[in-house]
Amino acid sequence: MAAGKDARTGAVVAGAGPARTVRPTTAAEVADVLRDTSGTVVPVGSGTKTGWAAPATSCDLLLRTTGLDRVVEHAPGDLVVVAEAGVRLDTLQRQLAGHGQMLALDPPEPGATLGGVVGANASGPRRLRYGTVRDLLIGVTVVLADGRTAKSGGKVVKNVAGYDLGKLYTGAHGGLGVVVSTTWRLHPLPPAARAVVVPVPDAAEAGRLAALVARSTLTPTAVELRWEAGRAAGTGSELVVLFESIEESVRAQSRAAVALLGGGAEADAPPSWFGARPSGGLVLRLAFEPFALPRVLAALPEASSGTASACTGVAYAAVPHTTDLAALRAAIAPYDGSAVVLEAPDDVRQGLDHWGPVADSFGLMTRVKDQFDPGRRLSPGRLIGGL
Amino acid sequence: MANPGQTSQTVPATRDSPASPRSRALAERLRAVIGDGKVLTDPAQLRTYECDGLAAFRVRPGIVVLAAHRDDVVHTVRLCAEAGVPFVARGSGTGLSGGAVPVADGVLIVLSRLRAIVSVDPDNARVVVEPGVINLWVTREAAPYDQAYAPDPSSQQVCSIGGNVAENAGGAHCLKYGFTVNHVMGAEIVLPDGDVVHLGGTAPEHPGLDLLGAFVGSEGTLGVATQITVRTIRAPESVQTMLVGFHTVEDAAGTVSDIIAAGILPAAIEMMDALAIEAAEAAVRCGYPEGAVAVLVIELDGPQVEVDEQFRQVAQAAEARHAFETRIARDAAERALMWKGRKSAFAAVGRISPAYYVQDGVIPRTQLPEVLAEIGRLAEAADVRVANVFHAGDGNLHPLILFDDTVPGAAHDAEQLGFAILDLCVDAGGSITGEHGVGVEKKSKMSRQFTEDDLDTMQLVRCAFDPAGLANPGKLFPTPRLCGERPGVHTAADTHDPALGEVF
Repeated sequence: MAAGKDARTGAVVAGAGPARTVRPTTAAEVADVLRDTSGTVVPVGSGTKTGWAAPATSCDLLLRTTGLDRVVEHAPGDLVVVAEAGVRLDTLQRQLAGHGQMLALDPPEPGATLGGVVGANASGPRRLRYGTVRDLLIGVTVVLADGRTAKSGGKVVKNVAGYDLGKLYTGAHGGLGVVVSTTWRLHPLPPAARAVVVPVPDAAEAGRLAALVARSTLTPTAVELRWEAGRAAGTGSELVVLFESIEESVRAQSRAAVALLGGGAEADAPPSWFGARPSGGLVLRLAFEPFALPRVLAALPEASSGTASACTGVAYAAVPHTTDLAALRAAIAPYDGSAVVLEAPDDVRQGLDHWGPVADSFGLMTRVKDQFDPGRRLSPGRLIGGL
Repeated sequence: MANPGQTSQTVPATRDSPASPRSRALAERLRAVIGDGKVLTDPAQLRTYECDGLAAFRVRPGIVVLAAHRDDVVHTVRLCAEAGVPFVARGSGTGLSGGAVPVADGVLIVLSRLRAIVSVDPDNARVVVEPGVINLWVTREAAPYDQAYAPDPSSQQVCSIGGNVAENAGGAHCLKYGFTVNHVMGAEIVLPDGDVVHLGGTAPEHPGLDLLGAFVGSEGTLGVATQITVRTIRAPESVQTMLVGFHTVEDAAGTVSDIIAAGILPAAIEMMDALAIEAAEAAVRCGYPEGAVAVLVIELDGPQVEVDEQFRQVAQAAEARHAFETRIARDAAERALMWKGRKSAFAAVGRISPAYYVQDGVIPRTQLPEVLAEIGRLAEAADVRVANVFHAGDGNLHPLILFDDTVPGAAHDAEQLGFAILDLCVDAGGSITGEHGVGVEKKSKMSRQFTEDDLDTMQLVRCAFDPAGLANPGKLFPTPRLCGERPGVHTAADTHDPALGEVF
């Protein structure tokens, strides 16, 4: 693998790769690295989502966190786990499953680490029921740019002592510090699942069905829409409503869902496309007011493909690399919409406006960045507005 | 006691000191900009605002601003910034950690007149409110659409959304539904320099740093929210509530663990011990099982079939732990009565004690029996009665420490016992506060839970939002820091604690 370049997504750094790579195995080593070096540092986990942020403007040192791979503590009775940043999410899930538990996060990138999931704020279909990183991360330890180690939160779910810095590090792509350890709220693994799959003719119908589910007393863990390339977004698509609970509940709810939606096929598992990200061209993550789903789909170029977490206001779309991002962003702005690039062909990526326009809080964001990383040495340029 | 439901301790009355020249000049400017009637400086009027729900801490503010419009807040904060005068925002004043205690010679910005419901959007499940809107009003607005606002602190009939945001308020149902931070989608914030920014919005996520997540629960130290967007949830198909009586605390606590271990996530599991039950009976006649040493209030909600099946499992778990009485609410009225006993427990303790002091700590749920036994030992050694009321599902303890405020030193002893209980919580791997906040009361305990580096890192956020240190100074952090100061180096100015003002 070329330095700083991931097989699946774009390069971590603009231009040439990093001068060197380190792979510390303890938090203390991470602290030493940051204390004993100067220059720019870009932390990465397995590198599955390096395209999710803008390329770094400089990277003297690529800091791989995959060596921090210990599950420190699992307290099944308290539904809490403490694990280092380099632990792979799939490895952790296997271990938790042995106790009938799970970390209720399901981003699909294979091999992703916990630190990477936090840094990129990755989520999957089940965010409808369980929320995202910010709802499940109850404690975090980071090494700051100057080598100091600081924790926030704790090992109990309910805790309001001090600022909740875990929220800030979530989605910060390593720009405020290197996450070295994470503490999570866990959930019991549901014993049974049932999915209802409904064909959907167009975007308007997709929105109508999603709203029906949202306004009902059904408690699906996910409501996912998939549309294929070649036609207007949402056209000829498929909606899956997934129930995960005890057997009695998933059976009763899937029957009720078929009645509510006016049809649909029941199955014991969701279709194979469930949870996968679209690929090819530009891949975007769109966020918007949930009820605006059909209007957001209508704003996408024809020949797009993708999935939407239909009741939450999040969609992933693969669109042609020639797509006018500024126009798309303007079209969905009335719905508090945003479009962030997750993947782009290398030759296109450098010139893209990765994040889109900044809001009136950008000055404050800059001040936060400057407090945590006054030398701008951590993941420089990866965040919105070139931070 | 003077104020039911609140801590009552004997406190020296604050003196009617004359306003400083700085304060007089600021009051004049405020009157000119936002209007005469909204600016209070009469000492008799100011007295109303000298404490919040934690009456032990009292400070007379220099000026009280009764904001009637968002722009009043913007102007007030900007004028404070120009004059270098600290300010404190206050909602309904129900906080229990002294988070809204004024700063002497500072400005107290009262937000309770900002009570507009800005918009109700059932399609997107969003409600936009001004900060003075009462928590329960949000559910009232959403109810016609079969929706509800999930965070439900016991004070929900009087506490404000602005205060809930400042404290990241919880409540009985946060076991399943999460806290205020999980339900606030966006906020308009007046920063301590008077600038207005918008964090979050109506969409579920936004590019950039999650500043909203850091703001919620910052106890008024990062700015003032003038408009808040919350999400509402669909009201469940079925709700079932049961009240279970036990002969031992261990059995009750064990039942909680068994329910969670069975993979059941109830909407709420609340626990009360014998003394708390006695108090609740005396106050509201809630009809809890006679002779119970501990009761659990357990609520399940969701699809009917799911609730029915899990309810059966819960009843079995309780029976296996020797529950001697299990009562199931047959209708909304019976459910309300079960909850009334629990939600009025703080106030009810006033019926069996001249005064009391409520603490708020968190422990890992599985350590409930051990920690409760240790609290009992500490109480016995101190010869103080402690009633325990808590959110058992998430290990959030609310020991109510009873004392006689006519006995010299009793208030101090109660406070010391409360702090010893917090030490137990930290040693058990928990927290010094689960929902009441740190405020002025527990800031010294922050160093027990966090290292110097942890606290310095939190201060980085403070310095980004409020470099001049004007927003609610003297709260939350044990050691005030000047921004730009090197960590570990303290100046003489740090020893002045503005929150304590002229009390001592």
